[in-house]
Amino acid sequence: MLKIENLHVYYGGIHALRGINMEVADGQIISLIGANGAGKSTTLKAIMSLVAKPSGYIEFNGVDLSKMQTRDIVKQGIVLCPEGRRVFPDLTVEENLTMGAYLRKDKDEIRKDREWVYELFPRMRERTWQLAGTLSGGEQQMLAVGRALMARPKLLMLDEPSLGLAPLIIKDIFAIIKEINNAGVNVLLIEQNAKAALEISHFAYVMETGLITMSGSGRELLKDDRVRSAYLGE
Amino acid sequence: MDFTTFLSYCLAGISIGGIYALIAIGYTMVYGILRLINFAHGDIFMMAAYFMIFAMVDFMIPWYLSIAVVVLSTVVLGVVIEKVAYKPLRSAPRMSIMISAIGVSYFLQNVATYLFSALPKSYPSIPLLNKKIVLGDVSTSLVTFITPIITVLAVILLMMLIKHTKVGMAMRAVSKDFETAQLMGIKINNIISVTFIIGCSLAAVGSILYFTPRPSVFPLAGSLPGLKCFIAAVFGGIGSIPGAVVGGFIIGLSETFIKAAGYSEFSDVFTFVLLVAVLMFRPTGLFGEKIAEKV
Repeated sequence: MLKIENLHVYYGGIHALRGINMEVADGQIISLIGANGAGKSTTLKAIMSLVAKPSGYIEFNGVDLSKMQTRDIVKQGIVLCPEGRRVFPDLTVEENLTMGAYLRKDKDEIRKDREWVYELFPRMRERTWQLAGTLSGGEQQMLAVGRALMARPKLLMLDEPSLGLAPLIIKDIFAIIKEINNAGVNVLLIEQNAKAALEISHFAYVMETGLITMSGSGRELLKDDRVRSAYLGE
Repeated sequence: MDFTTFLSYCLAGISIGGIYALIAIGYTMVYGILRLINFAHGDIFMMAAYFMIFAMVDFMIPWYLSIAVVVLSTVVLGVVIEKVAYKPLRSAPRMSIMISAIGVSYFLQNVATYLFSALPKSYPSIPLLNKKIVLGDVSTSLVTFITPIITVLAVILLMMLIKHTKVGMAMRAVSKDFETAQLMGIKINNIISVTFIIGCSLAAVGSILYFTPRPSVFPLAGSLPGLKCFIAAVFGGIGSIPGAVVGGFIIGLSETFIKAAGYSEFSDVFTFVLLVAVLMFRPTGLFGEKIAEKV
């Protein structure tokens, strides 16, 4: 459904992405692993048209995204849940979810989706009226994922959802990512926690300094010696 | 000072304070979203006065329609300024856009001087607003009396808009995080335009209320009130709307009482001393946002 061909991004003088090719097939969880600064976040931002002048071709369900603005890309059904959660601190939990559904007009369906988010994250229902800035890190991550789901994405892109969270909460988050995928949402996942990511992924790409250096099913990569020594610390 | 005089000074102070509050809201809202002190805001307020002269004197439009014309043209002026002078600098350092704002301020003052000459032009009088009314022992003009009422109504409407509508929510979201707001599908530029529309319509209303009891307008007429309202916004805590309102009323009241005590020439000095004091002892102002810690 998502196809990226020969994607280049420059930050000032730095050649951050040096020709990325990747594909996200329907119904899957795809992960993108790699060290800090490899260009993972840049790839997602380039898909959302949040970086200046990327070159290359990005296609989603047959539609060319490369000339589109962020807002229109969201309308196509791609939603990015950004690194570091980035919930709106002065808005309540419920208002944050409302902002997630900003482009939608179907009130009844929005209500249904909000119910679904509250079912996925019961903690959020208890805190509807709380300002998002006062939530704990794990709760903020749940809210950020919930907010992204409120746009009813066809493809949900998650940038480091486990960053800085306690191991138990990380387990929860990964279980929920699986659940979201079972509900029919495709997931493109960036993770430094390579093991957890590969375990739930159907397919994965390994990135190094702006290039994709390896790809394969999650299981294959978990067994690969180079991946094991570089990213799994074994 | 007997009680009646005291009351009439109170009313005068609250009235001018209300006008300051209306203008200060424009400063504080633009700052809240763009982190920009819109130095041209006082001059937009001055231009609104010339628009009123155009509408009522040159085109002889009845006053109630003229008010609509003034609000509309002031809004157009504000939005055009934003698009021409601020929007191209969106990703530039904050200092550049501030310098641009100062440039716009001088530009408007000089355009006004060029078009209307530096001589004061008499401001049209709106008969209804200048009507004398008597409240108990205090006699005053209707405009003095209704200014605080209009201010309070405007603030309530604005707070409701910001708290309860989707646009208001989007404004709060954009003011915290441009990039994430974009990821929600929010058009940043539209939200910024809405902010300028609100700020400029309040400045237009403020301008009508301010100049109606005054005889004339001149090209620099907006710069001192503009500065005072900026100080009101800083005093209340820049970025905070209730802060701007409280700041406006406090400055209006203290200015009036200093004048009443016979120290007219010190009333502006007081306002600037207040600015220095706030910046020294409480830079975030009365209701200023705390520096939020990133978790």
